[in-house]
Amino acid sequence: MGEVFWILVSAMVVNNFTLYYFLGLCPFMGVSARVETAVRMGMANIFVMTMASLCAWFLNTFILPHAPYLRLISFIVVIASFVQIVEMVIKKVSPKLFRQLGIYLPLITTNCAILGLALFQTNRGYGLIQGLSFAVGAGLGLTLALVLMASIRETGELSDVPSIAKGMALVLIIAGSLSLAFMGFAGLLSAT
Amino acid sequence: MTAPAPPPTKMDVPVKRLLVTLATAGAVAGFLIVFVFGWTQPIIQAYKAEQLRLAVQEVLKAPDRFDTLYVHDGALTAELPAGVDGTTLEQVFVGYREDGERIGFAVAAGEPGFQDIVRLIFGYDRASGTVLGMKVLESKETPGLGDKIEKDSAFVLQFDGAVTPLLGVKPRDATGDLHEIDMITGATISSRVVIRIINNTIERLGPLLDAYAASYAAATVP
Amino acid sequence: MSPRETAPQADFFRGVWRENPVLIQMLGLCPALAVTNTVENSLWMGLATFFVLTGSSFIVSLIKKLIPGEVRIPTFILIIATFVTVADMSLEAIVPTVHKQLGAFVALIVVNCMILSRQEAFAAKRPLGRSLLDAFGTGLGFIVALVMMGAIREVLGNGTLMGFSLFGPNFEPWVIFILPPGGFLTLGFWLLLLNWFQKWRTERAKVRAWPEGVGAPPERKAA
Repeated sequence: MGEVFWILVSAMVVNNFTLYYFLGLCPFMGVSARVETAVRMGMANIFVMTMASLCAWFLNTFILPHAPYLRLISFIVVIASFVQIVEMVIKKVSPKLFRQLGIYLPLITTNCAILGLALFQTNRGYGLIQGLSFAVGAGLGLTLALVLMASIRETGELSDVPSIAKGMALVLIIAGSLSLAFMGFAGLLSAT
Repeated sequence: MTAPAPPPTKMDVPVKRLLVTLATAGAVAGFLIVFVFGWTQPIIQAYKAEQLRLAVQEVLKAPDRFDTLYVHDGALTAELPAGVDGTTLEQVFVGYREDGERIGFAVAAGEPGFQDIVRLIFGYDRASGTVLGMKVLESKETPGLGDKIEKDSAFVLQFDGAVTPLLGVKPRDATGDLHEIDMITGATISSRVVIRIINNTIERLGPLLDAYAASYAAATVP
Repeated sequence: MSPRETAPQADFFRGVWRENPVLIQMLGLCPALAVTNTVENSLWMGLATFFVLTGSSFIVSLIKKLIPGEVRIPTFILIIATFVTVADMSLEAIVPTVHKQLGAFVALIVVNCMILSRQEAFAAKRPLGRSLLDAFGTGLGFIVALVMMGAIREVLGNGTLMGFSLFGPNFEPWVIFILPPGGFLTLGFWLLLLNWFQKWRTERAKVRAWPEGVGAPPERKAA
């Protein structure tokens, strides 16, 4: 149980996917202007990551031991199609939920955070429970980073920024500061 | 699959052709990958085996030969029953001198460190309870501080001949006891992780090592 | 995007600098930030991406007539994934130490938006030669951007360049630059510098264009 908890918190804050591994930067830069969109994007990410983790576990356990060289291709194809199928099911079952998350799903199915999750999970040899905990932790971490970024950008919108720093340069420097702050979480779980 | 549904107004391409295109692309891709796999895999495997051999050589202080044992069914065994894949099991390496005398065991283990998992391999003589050598295999500890557990030879060399259970002390409190390991100033947590991994691994595998040594002695001295 | 008429050399140089994939278009940021803590890593990552980009542009441009539009994207992804798998295995066989440091990021080239966008926007619509020129240019631009990042980070964060010590043993490395925050900050400051240069150039152009004897150009009065 302790290991599962460690994986969750480690993926969420200590080794935050966005701020430590630079995964999922496209939504981080693109969809972080408003807190509300950031929250929804984060939720969609948690959802897709959980699905991806399930797919990766299934492939790693049942199929890839026989054909290790097809890992990358099969991850991409299976995750993308599985998410698309689940998307259709949600659309049918709960149109309300689909309206909340739907528009983000196609954006993130082949995002580097999703594939990165599947690859990291494989490299570390996680089982089903560990993988799911890793996925939820990583998704929560991504949401946290997105929401923090969006709040800072919303607050900073009215401030007088030099013209050369407007746009991406400022976003990157804010992200650098956030990443620096998150480094303070290192050692959180290993102090004895 | 991943194909977006064709727009209803443009159905001039039959579904069969779409499937054939994807299947052909898949087949060609698979063929190419298998070809490259066949070329690179022996090189990669040889490199990995060589790295492992070097690590075992280093922590067991150059044994003349070493065997691989697998942790299976709560015991150490050199030969696995048919159908059990050894690569997924925990492995223990046992090193011998030329005259057949056992030098010690080498075990790889990992635990959460300051930033992420720290993995190391250490050589261990069960009879005297001494560590023969320690080498960090994988760590993401802070450059310049925590990575000294890997790069600071003064810290690494302390493990040669240290007696378990190990005890981390601050350099100014050191008394010269063989159980003591001087921790790195500014990287206490990383230093403790190394010590903890070794202590925990010995605690976990100790009985297995004893059982193996007993059965080995029984087998060689009739 | 409909194809515009361009000169062959423009196809090449556009990707290298004016539409640099990382510094201007902000594509492929994951690898640009994640593996650029040394010049060596940056260079290998850049070369692997270059190989995947040119390889898939070549194949896509070659067989573009055979692919129906409906399965275009899945076929492209299949082609890219094949080249990435090849690059991943070859790197592991040729430079295992670098491959260990790059880790999963070599496999992640497959989701680098830069590569798919080049196939969509260029290789699928243009003749073979032009597509290759475009891929060479964009790939080279990617390598240039990565090495620019890697050089700054390695020099400041480790005091070395390509593994050679620059400042002698008394230099206390600015470790933060080889850690993740350094990636964000380095790219941020590169962008500031480029924006500043861009602004300086446009202002200079304005000053030059201002007619003689009509007084000082308004934008420059503060300077």
